[in-house]
Amino acid sequence: MVSVRPPILETDHLSREIAGVRIVDDVTIEVLAGELLAVVGPSGAGKSSFLRLLNRLDEPTSGTVRFQGVDYRSMDPRELRRRVGMVTQTPHLFPGTIADNLRYGPAQQGQELAERTIQDLLNQVGLANRAGENAAHLSGGEAQRVSLARSLATTPLVLLLDEPTSSLDAEAKGAVEKLILAVIKNNGLTCVMVSHDLAQAGRMAERIMVLNKGKLEKIGKTNEVIDAEGAFR
Amino acid sequence: MLKALFASQLALGFAQAGVTTVLALAVMLLARQRKIHLERETVVALARGIVQITAIGSILVLLLQGPAWTSVLLLALMILAAARISAGRAKGLPNSFRFSLYAIAAGTGSVIALMTWAGVIDTAVTSLVPIGSMLIANAMNTNSLVMNRFRAEVESHTGLIETSLALGADSKASVAPYVQASLQSSLIPALDSLRSLGIVWIPGLMAGMLLSGARPIYAAVYQFVTISMILSSSALTALICSLLIRASAFSPAEQLTLRPRPAA
Repeated sequence: MVSVRPPILETDHLSREIAGVRIVDDVTIEVLAGELLAVVGPSGAGKSSFLRLLNRLDEPTSGTVRFQGVDYRSMDPRELRRRVGMVTQTPHLFPGTIADNLRYGPAQQGQELAERTIQDLLNQVGLANRAGENAAHLSGGEAQRVSLARSLATTPLVLLLDEPTSSLDAEAKGAVEKLILAVIKNNGLTCVMVSHDLAQAGRMAERIMVLNKGKLEKIGKTNEVIDAEGAFR
Repeated sequence: MLKALFASQLALGFAQAGVTTVLALAVMLLARQRKIHLERETVVALARGIVQITAIGSILVLLLQGPAWTSVLLLALMILAAARISAGRAKGLPNSFRFSLYAIAAGTGSVIALMTWAGVIDTAVTSLVPIGSMLIANAMNTNSLVMNRFRAEVESHTGLIETSLALGADSKASVAPYVQASLQSSLIPALDSLRSLGIVWIPGLMAGMLLSGARPIYAAVYQFVTISMILSSSALTALICSLLIRASAFSPAEQLTLRPRPAA
């Protein structure tokens, strides 16, 4: 018996064009609640551009995205982005302490993040008792952990990860991979993760979609896509 | 030396202008040796400067006999020209001429109107036009600085601004530190002018008042009044301009549109 999960995000003929070039071209997919969907493809395939359309950091030229069945053009973009969080390739931390960074998102809604919540979030990302440290003095791996915790502080339902380990060394990369999987599981999140590394997508994702020149080439279960010859080089 | 050579005041003036032009060109040639090429821009600016100031001097002679409203017309034309020059310094910013025009007109217009109403600026054409022009010229410089600095700040902090937006911040909050930095840096010249008044420099207006027989203390106080008005109108211009360009840097859906290059 197959369990049917509802889609939480749906793209409907989603396209984005810049200076006459279609960087995302007519992509229609569903992201199922609770899954980790990896977006893979060669450099310049439009992976990051596709991800930025999902939380409306960029505007589609045509097509749209539905979040929980609602066309996101009818939603307040700020509310959408709180529900669809994002962790970028390079962690951009605000000046101040680690705790200041975690407080930023909730403060935008007029909420004060409780100290206990800050400690819980930092425990989740392996940075317990470091709330007062200056964010400017963290290593790349630590900064990415803070970036992840900061996104979780707004209690999103979906997490968009844009090559979250590409700027890390092999050791930190493995640790962050495990951390992401644990965080997603513990918080019941849905995740769309861009990766240029098919092996990483294989280790982490339930399903994989392949983009090439902005077009959707393939989407399916991880083992099926990996087995497909020429799916991704 | 020049006074001995030129008997008439007009000839002396042009001779003095010639000497200062040669000096400016010599400095530019010195800069050229250090591979800093400002010759073309300097020559054009010098030529424009002498033509424009001579023309306005001639017009002022006519305006002295004209009705008071002619000063309003002249100041309006100056604001238009200032907006055009300032917008030329802000290439890449959308609507830079329109925003410069609104900011300079509102920033200087309101201060000139209020101060004229209060009796701080005399309504005579010979007073209103020179003082108004000082306010407009300084507001123009401040406007150029705020636009350039804002663009540079946004372009170098794109990642942080988009991170703020991705965390649910509105455009105003995401760009607030960079608006503040632009405003502060654009007002440095006006603040330094006020701070150094009388110590580092004695401005031309005060010298002119002394020459025309005003009491030295009144001339000094009025100089302070003028520099204070410059600070107020420049700050107001910068504030209005920063609000306008901040809004234009984002789409209605809170997306940063002012970016160095499109995302790949």
